Amino acid sequence: MASIPKIKTVFSKSLDDFFYGIAELAQFSVNVFREGIRPPYEFKEVLNQCYEIGIKSFVLVGVTAFILGLVLVMQSRPTMIEFGAGSYLPAMSSISIVREIGPLVTALICAGKIGSGISAELGSMKVTEQIDAMEVSGTNPFKYLVATRILATTLMIPVLTVYADFISLIGAFTGSNIKDDVNVHFYFNRVFEALHYTDVIPSFTKTFFFGFTIGLVGCTKGYNSKKGTEGVGKAANISVVVSMVGVIIIDMVVTQITSMLGYL
Amino acid sequence: MMGAMSHIEPGKQVAQPAIEISHLQKAFGSKVVLSDFNLTINNGETVVVMGRSGIGKTILIKCIIGLIKPDGGQMFVFGKDISKLDHRELDELRMRVGFVFQSSALYDSMTVRENLEFPLRRDRRKKITENIDDLVREALRNVGLENAIDLMPSELSGGMRKRIGIARGLILKPEIVLYDEPTTGLDPITSEEITQLILSLQQKYKTTSIIITHDVDLAREAANRIVFLAKGVAYTQGTYDELVHSDDPEIKHFFKR
Ligand SMILES: Nc1ncnc2c1ncn2[C@@H]1O[C@H](COP(=O)(O)OP(=O)(O)OP(=O)(O)O)[C@@H](O)[C@H]1O
Ligand SMILES: [Mg+2]
Repeated sequence: MASIPKIKTVFSKSLDDFFYGIAELAQFSVNVFREGIRPPYEFKEVLNQCYEIGIKSFVLVGVTAFILGLVLVMQSRPTMIEFGAGSYLPAMSSISIVREIGPLVTALICAGKIGSGISAELGSMKVTEQIDAMEVSGTNPFKYLVATRILATTLMIPVLTVYADFISLIGAFTGSNIKDDVNVHFYFNRVFEALHYTDVIPSFTKTFFFGFTIGLVGCTKGYNSKKGTEGVGKAANISVVVSMVGVIIIDMVVTQITSMLGYL
Repeated sequence: MMGAMSHIEPGKQVAQPAIEISHLQKAFGSKVVLSDFNLTINNGETVVVMGRSGIGKTILIKCIIGLIKPDGGQMFVFGKDISKLDHRELDELRMRVGFVFQSSALYDSMTVRENLEFPLRRDRRKKITENIDDLVREALRNVGLENAIDLMPSELSGGMRKRIGIARGLILKPEIVLYDEPTTGLDPITSEEITQLILSLQQKYKTTSIIITHDVDLAREAANRIVFLAKGVAYTQGTYDELVHSDDPEIKHFFKR
């Protein structure tokens, strides 16, 4: 008997949290745009952050992408051959890698690694008054810390995705070469033949949104984190969850839109 | 109040006060921290603010520099109403005010050198003509930590962090310095060293200062005037000698040793 009102309150509380979270993100992004578009710009810091992001995720993204490409081919090869479609293996792998695996895996890895890093960093700067210290040195933290990080993730996730696509295709090629002997030229000709601009453009475009989401969520959660070490840990944790869900929702929406436009 | 005035050279009395706070109010939710705080600080004066932990001393000086928006009241710094300044003007004003944080607030991803360079590089008032490196070294020499220049903040002791915090707060040669508990949590010898450091820097750069502290020795040596913050207002003020002989139980406890 008593459990029904309890479920109700839990449900309404999480609904509250959900809308509060959305409002927080919206408010924060309005602030970032308002502060970020006003000169002077922090170009140097943007470059710095791009470099940091690139360095931090280069190896992880590369290794994961390679393995996924390899595994994709090894897993689907027997079935494809059974249906007499073995020669479609390069085309199939290139389309699944470029459309979905590359962008999504890069974004999810970066949500885990970059997003949590950003929010832990900003969170601890906040609770140890380092953000206040920047402010009294005449530095706007929204411009210097937040806008630069969001811009950097928005620019770097696409770059990392192209890199991941490429490595993953090499993984797929390696996978096909374990059982067959495939010529490099032949393989990559088939790969690029299969790709149409309607595959490349939507999947490349969505990576900018992924990057923006990861940066925005990481910064918002970090900047608004509660006092204390626990608050910082919690912020990093929540930021990973929220940005991963955000990435997946964006992925779904983009897929819907491309399908409505008849590109699928 | 009058005792404080006698410390100021006659010529300076006519000048506008460095800081003027009237009817300052700040509450967090239903918790009222400052209810009606009034204080005027003259040029060149050193005012020590005392009061119990959690009473709102840090909030007070954060309001002065615009880090916290008050709920009501007015604050004039160098004669400018800080609530009426735009971003640019506020940044410019902040460069004329040094702030030494209670927690030191050193940037923990940067070395000591980079920590000190940060305010210099962010100073948009002038093209950097002076050599940044020289200024950094001078600041470190002032606090006696020249050989810590390439250390990370995590490699410093608490006392060293406080000193670097002071060096960073003073590196732009500000006209006003706000110190938040510069000697709290340090041993008596280091506290005395930091007290002497503050006094010598005071002499050297002729700054106006607010020093928040529980340290009676620091208060005695540095203060032209002591303001006792309680119940959200400037509860009592006077010179060290006046307060030390006060009969008020709140204050008596503070000076009991
Ligand atoms: N962001 C905040 N939200 C809610 N309450 C706050 C916030 N910041 C400070 N307070 C409250 O305001 C009061 C005054 O805080 P403040 O930091 O000014 O104390 P203090 O006098 O500097 O104490 P201490 O000597 O311990 O540093 C405290 O009771 C604190 O709980
Ligand atoms: Mg304090």
